[in-house]
Amino acid sequence: MKYRIAIAAFAAALMVFAGYAALYIAPEEATMHEIQRIFYFHVSAWVATFTAFSIVFFANVAYLMTRSQLWDSLGVSAAEVGVACCSIGLITGPLWAKPVWGIYWTWDARLTTTFIMWLMYVSYLMLRGLLEDPRHRASLSAVFGIFAFLDVPLVYVSNRLWRTQHPQPVFFGGTNSGIDPTMAKVFLLCMVAVLVVMVPVLIDRYRTECLRREVEDLRQEIELRTLDSQSRPVKEAL
Amino acid sequence: MSTARAATILLGKELRLELRTRELLNATVVFAIVVVVLFSFAFNPTPAESRHYGPGLLWIAFLFSGSLMLHPSFAREQTNDTLDALRMAPVSSFAILLGKMLANFIFLSLAELVLVPVFAVLYNVSLAGIIGRLVLVLVLGSMGVVVTGTVFSAISAHARMRELLLPLLMLPVLAPLLVAAVESTAALFSEQPYLDRTWLAFLAGFDVVFLTAAWLLCDFLMEE
Repeated sequence: MKYRIAIAAFAAALMVFAGYAALYIAPEEATMHEIQRIFYFHVSAWVATFTAFSIVFFANVAYLMTRSQLWDSLGVSAAEVGVACCSIGLITGPLWAKPVWGIYWTWDARLTTTFIMWLMYVSYLMLRGLLEDPRHRASLSAVFGIFAFLDVPLVYVSNRLWRTQHPQPVFFGGTNSGIDPTMAKVFLLCMVAVLVVMVPVLIDRYRTECLRREVEDLRQEIELRTLDSQSRPVKEAL
Repeated sequence: MSTARAATILLGKELRLELRTRELLNATVVFAIVVVVLFSFAFNPTPAESRHYGPGLLWIAFLFSGSLMLHPSFAREQTNDTLDALRMAPVSSFAILLGKMLANFIFLSLAELVLVPVFAVLYNVSLAGIIGRLVLVLVLGSMGVVVTGTVFSAISAHARMRELLLPLLMLPVLAPLLVAAVESTAALFSEQPYLDRTWLAFLAGFDVVFLTAAWLLCDFLMEE
């Protein structure tokens, strides 16, 4: 318990420092000025989203191969964290876009892909809620999760062929790309801060899921026992 | 029994079951026509506008009617637990899934066969000279709808609120298919009709990816 509080305190402190660095330490961007500072958290949230959804895919495949409930728990935890991070990305994006592009939203490849991805993983979580039998819940939602993950590149390619407006990749984007060294350091700090928050949340969610499953199993056992005790006098009478 | 033979037998069973009542087909066709008619009330399009928005409208109608039509595919088996009987039969799970996919493909194609001429008349779109190419686009697009939809129908059949759940699972995943199908149909409806090979290849790719995934994962869909 103490150990977890320490991690949470560390994550919070790191997050505050990252916020300070993004706002005051990083130099101002040449054309977009102050509004560009949202980029430090926007891109970090996107990295966290993609990490989380990749974990979901990995957990889905691993569940179907091993049938271990632990993978199923990991899948649902990562999907929830991913949807949360994806929502952050979807909210910070339009906040940045309004002053820079003049509009909140455009149906460009990356935006559309993220939005569809968000919808698919929300459906994934809903599907889990509506499947009552735990075995069905685990295997069927894993199949859906794999279909959803396979769909992500297809959504991206289809929209890429259509039209695209999102800024080109800043890192590894060829000549004329790349950022100021201080900006790079601040960005790295923000990314680490977001991941340091994300990982303990994921682990905590995973623990909660394991506990919930244990409660579910125990409840089922109690039900079976009460049924058994009701039928015992009848059996004895026979 | 080979997968192909088992799938054919199951296809025969599905067709027989549907042709006895024709409930599903009738409802799907009427629903699709309702969508097409409502669209004209909502937008009151001129001939030029209907050429522009027509392909989108047509595919939205197919997708919505598909999401309604695919639901009974597995839900129908639940009422009398007939899926258990299918599972006990000495055939592969892929054969069961394939039989249902083929049946759904035929149902959706029949609905399209009725809807496309109705659409052409109502929205002043000339089909002369493009029918062959349009059929190709419709076949590739419908295959994608049916492959993913049948799999999701098997998933949602076990859930609560399954009528509502199927469109929720199916429609976001079909977003890229919608873009590709609409763009290739739009190319055919334009002043100088042409077959857009890039989008056609994309549609074929979509079908192949999800048919392969369905083949790999079908055992998990069919288990008790």
